[in-house]
Amino acid sequence: MSEPAVPKPPAGGNGRLLPPDAGRDRPLFLVAAILVFLACVAALGARGAWLQAQTWTSDLESSLTIQIRPVDERDTTADAETAAEIARSMQGVRDATARTREHALALLRPWLGEGNLPDDLPLPLMVEVELDSETVRAGSFQPEALQARLDEAGLAATVDDHSRWAAAVRRAATTAQTLGLALLALVAGAAAAVVAFAARASLAARVDVIDALHLCGAEDRFIAGLFQRRFFMLGLKSGAAGAIFAGLVSILVSVGGSPADMAFFLPQWATDPFELILLALAPLLAGLTAAVSARLAVASDLRGRW
Amino acid sequence: MTASPHSDPEPVVRFDNVGMRYGRGPEILRDLSFDLPRGSFQFLTGPSGAGKTSLLKLIYLAAKPSRGLVSFFGRDTATLPRRDLPDLRRRIGVVFQEFRLLNHLSVFDNVALPLRVAGKKRSDYAEDVAELLAWVGLGDRMSALPPTLSGGEQQRVAIARAVVGQPEILIADEPTGNVDPEMGMRLLRLFAELNKLGTTIIIATHDLQLVRMVDAPVMTLSNGHLHIRPSRGRRQRDADQREAEGREALDAMSPPGTDTEAGDE
Repeated sequence: MSEPAVPKPPAGGNGRLLPPDAGRDRPLFLVAAILVFLACVAALGARGAWLQAQTWTSDLESSLTIQIRPVDERDTTADAETAAEIARSMQGVRDATARTREHALALLRPWLGEGNLPDDLPLPLMVEVELDSETVRAGSFQPEALQARLDEAGLAATVDDHSRWAAAVRRAATTAQTLGLALLALVAGAAAAVVAFAARASLAARVDVIDALHLCGAEDRFIAGLFQRRFFMLGLKSGAAGAIFAGLVSILVSVGGSPADMAFFLPQWATDPFELILLALAPLLAGLTAAVSARLAVASDLRGRW
Repeated sequence: MTASPHSDPEPVVRFDNVGMRYGRGPEILRDLSFDLPRGSFQFLTGPSGAGKTSLLKLIYLAAKPSRGLVSFFGRDTATLPRRDLPDLRRRIGVVFQEFRLLNHLSVFDNVALPLRVAGKKRSDYAEDVAELLAWVGLGDRMSALPPTLSGGEQQRVAIARAVVGQPEILIADEPTGNVDPEMGMRLLRLFAELNKLGTTIIIATHDLQLVRMVDAPVMTLSNGHLHIRPSRGRRQRDADQREAEGREALDAMSPPGTDTEAGDE
């Protein structure tokens, strides 16, 4: 037998060790993209709730109300003016405004209707006190001191520092935020589980490749690396799709405008760097989650071999 | 050179009282003790179901024995850390009965797989792989995908992949099952060539014609037990030695000057 002439090796690079999946990964891509989308919405929602609560509590904390109770033989209007003056003289108060009887009636109108009130009905009057921002930030204003001064002046006045309301708002915001973060954790967990499941399935479908590589003396990390790279790319792509979609929805919601009470629950879109970073980070996190789940799945399969 | 128990001080493979079972099933292999001496060549035969494939699996490190000792290159596999196994596997080439080629990779890439897995660069091995493929008659099919090849061609790809890394042990499970006699001869010549270069070779086969072509020890498995028949040359030498010893013994017994006919058969 004559030796044939040695031909040239084929040009081009190495073939891919993992065969392209030809659409098999598409459902996984979709599910992962949806999960990333939900996770982004949950994160943006939690952030929105936090921002909203910040605004609301700071509004509440930066003002006080003095209520002037109607007492026989006293002029509530004059008492309100006196209370406003006393308040203005306190350290940290930016302004104090005594509201008129008309204002008090206007507050009642939605409940009692127009003109159903006798002119001599005794009504409590309000004095709005605004604190300057530094005092609010330091939390140094003492409503008790104001109350004491008002009592000294012999006014039938009560100071309400809104702390009850602020605490309630803060509680609600914390609840919404916790809910958002819990949702985020659940969705991230579901995404990881789905990817791990898919990695195992893909592994089972590619057991011939693993066998061949394993018996040729491939190290575990070499084989795991193949699957890890594939799933990282898959996670990255579906993460990008999910994040872009979440961003679009967020823009739509903010452009469409949402009533204040709804904004509490819906993601807000501001040109806020935090949100952009979050949306940019989501694909990367999805990719890493996918890569780690795939690696763990492959490693556990390989440990089952010798 | 024979596969008799523990005659070589440093065999490439040593089995000592090895038993193997799958799960809680019966023992498929029982009390196997043998050495594969460095550079030896042997056949493994036996009826189907006798445990040939299981024995080969033990030798190519795809399965662990249930009892007994298996050592490679003087290292006991029971105490071997897992991370050392890939390196050991690279010193073993296997031709699987069912080939186990990767259908999405070209013939060239399939053959280059062990080199790639070992971290070698394509530019360093491309010509060697091409040369080897030409040698097994597949020089013009390097870019073909395995499913487009005939059974015999696939088998040659599998053989090329097994030998490309110049393994110290070559295990072949029915390597000539799908080729014509001429190609069978050619492949056997390849194995013999590798054996001359120092590779230890074990070929599992049903083909008695193949077995007759090489004067090598034959390991026969039946009912999980292993019987080893030394090579013809060895048997002849043993017979000669026995004859000589017998003659000496008779010479010692007989009075001097007496002729004997001892040793003649």
